[in-house]
Amino acid sequence: MTIQPSYYLVLSGILFSIGVVGVLTRRNAIIIFMSIELMLNAVNLTLVTFSNQLQTLDGQILVFFVMVVAAAEVAVGLALIVAIFRLKNSVHVDDVNIMKW
Amino acid sequence: MIEYLWLVPVFPLLGFLCNALVGRKLTEKQVGVIASSAIGLSFLMAVGLFLELSALPEPQRFVTQSIYNWIRSGPFTVDISFLLDPLSVTMLLVVTGVGTLIHIYSMGYMHGDGGIARYFAYLNLFTFSMLLLILSDNFLLLFVGWEGVGLCSYLLIGFWFENDEFAYAGRKAFVVNRIGDFGFLLGMFLIFSHFGSLEFDAVFRQAPQVLTTGLATAICLLLFLGATGKSAQIPLYIWLPDAMAGPTPVSALIHAATMVTAGVYMVARCHVLFLASPVAMQTVALIGIGTAFLAATIALVSNDLKKVLAYSTISQLGYMFLACGVGAFGAGIFHVNTHAYFKALLFLSAGSVMHALGNETDMRKMGGLRDKLPVTYRVFLAGALALAGVPLFSGFFSKDEILWKALNSPYGGFSIWLAGAAVAGLTAFYTFRLIFQTFHGESRVEKEVEAHIHESPRVMTVPLTILAILSTVGGLIGVPHLFNRFEHFLDPVFTRYGKIEFFEQAHHSVGLELTFMAISGLIALLGIGFAYLFYVSRPTLADEIATRFQAIYSFLQKKWLVDELYDAILVKPLQSTARVVLWRWLDVKIIDGFVNLVGRLIAWCSDMLRKVETGVVQTYALSITCGVVVLVGYFLLK
Repeated sequence: MTIQPSYYLVLSGILFSIGVVGVLTRRNAIIIFMSIELMLNAVNLTLVTFSNQLQTLDGQILVFFVMVVAAAEVAVGLALIVAIFRLKNSVHVDDVNIMKW
Repeated sequence: MIEYLWLVPVFPLLGFLCNALVGRKLTEKQVGVIASSAIGLSFLMAVGLFLELSALPEPQRFVTQSIYNWIRSGPFTVDISFLLDPLSVTMLLVVTGVGTLIHIYSMGYMHGDGGIARYFAYLNLFTFSMLLLILSDNFLLLFVGWEGVGLCSYLLIGFWFENDEFAYAGRKAFVVNRIGDFGFLLGMFLIFSHFGSLEFDAVFRQAPQVLTTGLATAICLLLFLGATGKSAQIPLYIWLPDAMAGPTPVSALIHAATMVTAGVYMVARCHVLFLASPVAMQTVALIGIGTAFLAATIALVSNDLKKVLAYSTISQLGYMFLACGVGAFGAGIFHVNTHAYFKALLFLSAGSVMHALGNETDMRKMGGLRDKLPVTYRVFLAGALALAGVPLFSGFFSKDEILWKALNSPYGGFSIWLAGAAVAGLTAFYTFRLIFQTFHGESRVEKEVEAHIHESPRVMTVPLTILAILSTVGGLIGVPHLFNRFEHFLDPVFTRYGKIEFFEQAHHSVGLELTFMAISGLIALLGIGFAYLFYVSRPTLADEIATRFQAIYSFLQKKWLVDELYDAILVKPLQSTARVVLWRWLDVKIIDGFVNLVGRLIAWCSDMLRKVETGVVQTYALSITCGVVVLVGYFLLK
């Protein structure tokens, strides 16, 4: 039995949802970043699936872009977390609340 | 020369601008010379204009000169244009002539005052406004001049504004004037709405067709309200005695010779309207004689030199309005003329006395000055004789003319004549009371002051002398049947739009007229005689009568309690209404409350809204996610 392209899309959707839930629920900053990465990779999977289905290279090129952006974002994000950690000695997002009214 | 009519107000205007802008950098003498030359030039022009106007044949002595198209707003058009006719040229001569003398006198009187540049600037501005008033050929420009003189009166009364009392006096003058101006404005509105124009000629020409008696009454009473404010009659005379706070030349110029006559001039100018309303004429006559009486009684018991003269002015203005009210407009203007001479003289001489005594005005602290101030005494005497109406002096002829005309007018009659004669007697009495208390008898002057008594410098005594000569002989041009040039000169003005029937048809015997003239003279001499009795022969008599009639005496001393009456029924209620209702309730509670409410509303909204900012990043992420879901769902389900 061949794997239908729709299976990939469903997998991608599940992965994306898990990522969203992770971002919204987890309280450790690094875990939140991991969830963001998970969302980005889910999108990558979707793009590759369609690239294969439509037999064009466009999707895979776009994956390159996404990966570059993800990498850059990770660099900056982790730098921010390190800075906050140095200040507050904690990566618990609830502690970063001075913008509360 | 008549083409240059417009220059007449311009000279004082230039003088004002010069002294106002650079006066502080000039010397006292320069400032005085600039101001005096400005009005002096206007006087010379006035003389030239008078001669040229007289050379014209009588019916043509009405020259209009339009300077500038001022207002063009649909049917409402008003120009800055001037009218030269016998009435305006007469007033012109008086204002510029007496004004020049007073300017020159001021150079001496105001010597050493730090604000002298400001003083002369205001005096020139006043002259400019007064000339605008006199020369105007429409109601609106007259009103501009009217307001201008009111402003300058305020500025000059409160000239030494560092003194609170003086400042309040200025404020009182302005506010009371304003009440009159309100009436004047309403009168103007009525005139415009019914005549469609504010030009004198247009209005007076159409008057017979447009005016009903009721309309004429309304217009005239309103205009007269303005006149009572400006010319200090009942009910708006209360500002003039307080106005003595200003420098004495100001009292002479503004509150004796010129500004206060603006009301009389206006009524004379609008004689056509007044003659159309018997009610208005009677009102003017009664208020005139009533004011004359009231003021004369107060002058009787006043101890302040300038206040006596102030009440005397109010009283004499009453005579002028009496004249207008009975239809003798020419006689009223004649009295304006002579009164300007002798009242200005009296005020300036009083200034000379004050100058000698270090600004003392209480007559109880004077006496025996006759030998120490000979020139001042003689000119003062000339003015007093004129005011009292002693035969052959100027005041005699003008006052007698008014009384004679009042006797023969349907708006006058014997009782009014009697009242007028009584006031004349009182006038003679209080005038010579003033002379005897100030110049005769034992000196009651304080010792330190007495050492410094000196006659005034020539710059002050020469104008005084000129005015004294005018007060003495100035009436001779108005002697009826002999010269009568004055009223004859003014006749074309008052008959231009129709004759005054009751005087035209009157044929009274010359003998009767001379009899009444003799009676007037007798009354004056009687008044002087009584004053001599009370203040020279039997000095204690005055105090005895004062104690015997204590109630009347203190009533008069308290100025008939008019100020207190106004205070109780108008001033205090207005002030407390303003304070309690308008300020504390309306302003603070309602208007401020409303503004504060808006502020509090905004603050409450922001209180609600800031709860969105929880500071927890994940709630922000949650809201983003919800937004995305809603949008995607919307497009999927469309």
